Amino acid sequence: MSKYGDRRFSALGSISAEVSRKTSFAALAALTLALLGLVDCKQPERSQEDRLVVFAAASLRDVFGGLGAEFERAHVGVHVAFNFAGTQELRAQLEHGAPADVFASADQRHMGELSLAKRVTAPVVFARNQPVLVVARESAAKIRSLADVPSAQRIVIGAAEVPIGRYTLQILDRAAPTLGADFRARVEAHVVSRELNVRQVLAKVRLGEADVGVVYGTDANAVPDGVAVVAIPPEVNVIAEYPIAVVGGAAHPKLARAWVDFVLSDTGQRALSRSGFLPAATVGKAP
Amino acid sequence: VNDGRARVEKVVVALTGGALAVFLALPVFALLLTISGQDFSAGLAHPLVWPALRLSLTTTAVTVLLVVLLGTPLAWSLSRSSGRFVRALEIVVGMPIVVPPAVAGVALLLAFGRRGWLGAVLPPALAPSFTVIAVVMAQVFVSAPFFLQAAISAFRRLDAKLLLAARSFGASPLRILLRIALPLARPGLIAGAAMTWARALGEFGATLMFAGNLQGETQTLPLAIYTALESDLRAAQALSIILVLVAFAALLVVRSSVGVDDNRGSSP
Repeated sequence: MSKYGDRRFSALGSISAEVSRKTSFAALAALTLALLGLVDCKQPERSQEDRLVVFAAASLRDVFGGLGAEFERAHVGVHVAFNFAGTQELRAQLEHGAPADVFASADQRHMGELSLAKRVTAPVVFARNQPVLVVARESAAKIRSLADVPSAQRIVIGAAEVPIGRYTLQILDRAAPTLGADFRARVEAHVVSRELNVRQVLAKVRLGEADVGVVYGTDANAVPDGVAVVAIPPEVNVIAEYPIAVVGGAAHPKLARAWVDFVLSDTGQRALSRSGFLPAATVGKAP
Repeated sequence: VNDGRARVEKVVVALTGGALAVFLALPVFALLLTISGQDFSAGLAHPLVWPALRLSLTTTAVTVLLVVLLGTPLAWSLSRSSGRFVRALEIVVGMPIVVPPAVAGVALLLAFGRRGWLGAVLPPALAPSFTVIAVVMAQVFVSAPFFLQAAISAFRRLDAKLLLAARSFGASPLRILLRIALPLARPGLIAGAAMTWARALGEFGATLMFAGNLQGETQTLPLAIYTALESDLRAAQALSIILVLVAFAALLVVRSSVGVDDNRGSSP
């Protein structure tokens, strides 16, 4: 045990000195061969035909995970591979030619840019997400509406560069007529952090580090305990629209189309609403 | 025959090592060379740059100072003693290296956050989270093990007979540390401090979690880069180049100063 401890903290140089020259040559030769072997084999054993690659905004992780399993049951031999990340990261990956079949964005702007660049075709809105306030349990008695937010000691919101942060600032601006022209300034005076994604905002409130934050309804839905959820008045709220599209040059355009249709179907829409999404205005029966 | 084999060995070694060198160098050069001068100067003018750079330089300077001041005595005692408890402690203080940074941030919150262990003792207004103190705490937590490892192994490499001789001539333990061990172990200590500084400068995950992201307050250069990445890839690239250049220059200075020391040969 103590020998192990010595090794762990010895400098790299002394480790290599311990190894005799002969073994190091053998090891290097083996490593070289292994590397060559890796380069050589081109994984021909599995065809790419049945792998549908879906790039989706991080907030879709839970719903799409469930829908993926259902889709695979309905399409035998198809495997749905997801890449969940921030919408901006996914857009950057797509712009750099990442191989994807479908892109589901949490934000119209990024989808619009990709559409302009002809990286995606014909995006449609498949879900909407409404921002809500999440309040730490210590402050739940004090903060019961949007108007109470400036009384919080520590407020955490999204950075203006990420969608939830942009929506938050829009909401604060839209509250000016009812809550005072300086409402945004009064809130921003207590902002202690501008987080880079919505889950970070939620984490700070859940851990009690911040008193209140603004997140999507779906995020609040995912963690029902530990935080109080306070609705934002609909007349000032900004609803996030989620567009989905088939990626240009997709390896499996038919499957990609089928996935988009599946998400827009009753089954897909029900799963989305269970996760706290609002139905897309143009789909389903909701007004 | 032997000659031929030696040549083959040399080529294999060079090729194997060269592959890694190329792999490590290519992305760095891509970062530096795929940006136009116009984009780079636009990146320099980005409003996030200077507050973040200033904050990064000051916080990492404080971090390195703290780590060296507190870490040198710790490394010295760990290197001088043996026994199961000391070995265990040595492993514990090395642990932050394997903890993913975002998890390190959560751990810091659980220990020092408002609902953490310390939060029960401190009034909420004094909680370090979301302050520049939290930035330094996060940096110290993730970067101190690098200095400790280097310092412990530098101290262990010292000639035990020399230290014994000093003791037998009546030198006190503190005097042995200050007058003999520190000067002899200097190159190792400086290299360790440089590693710690580099790690602290690039620190992202724990800072984001524990200190948050507020311009001028807790937004260090890596956080500014990530923030810029959300809106403008080129600005992020320009910021990254600044980070790389600053780190490169500083490490070059350290390297050359240690190198000079080595060549002179150290005498107590």
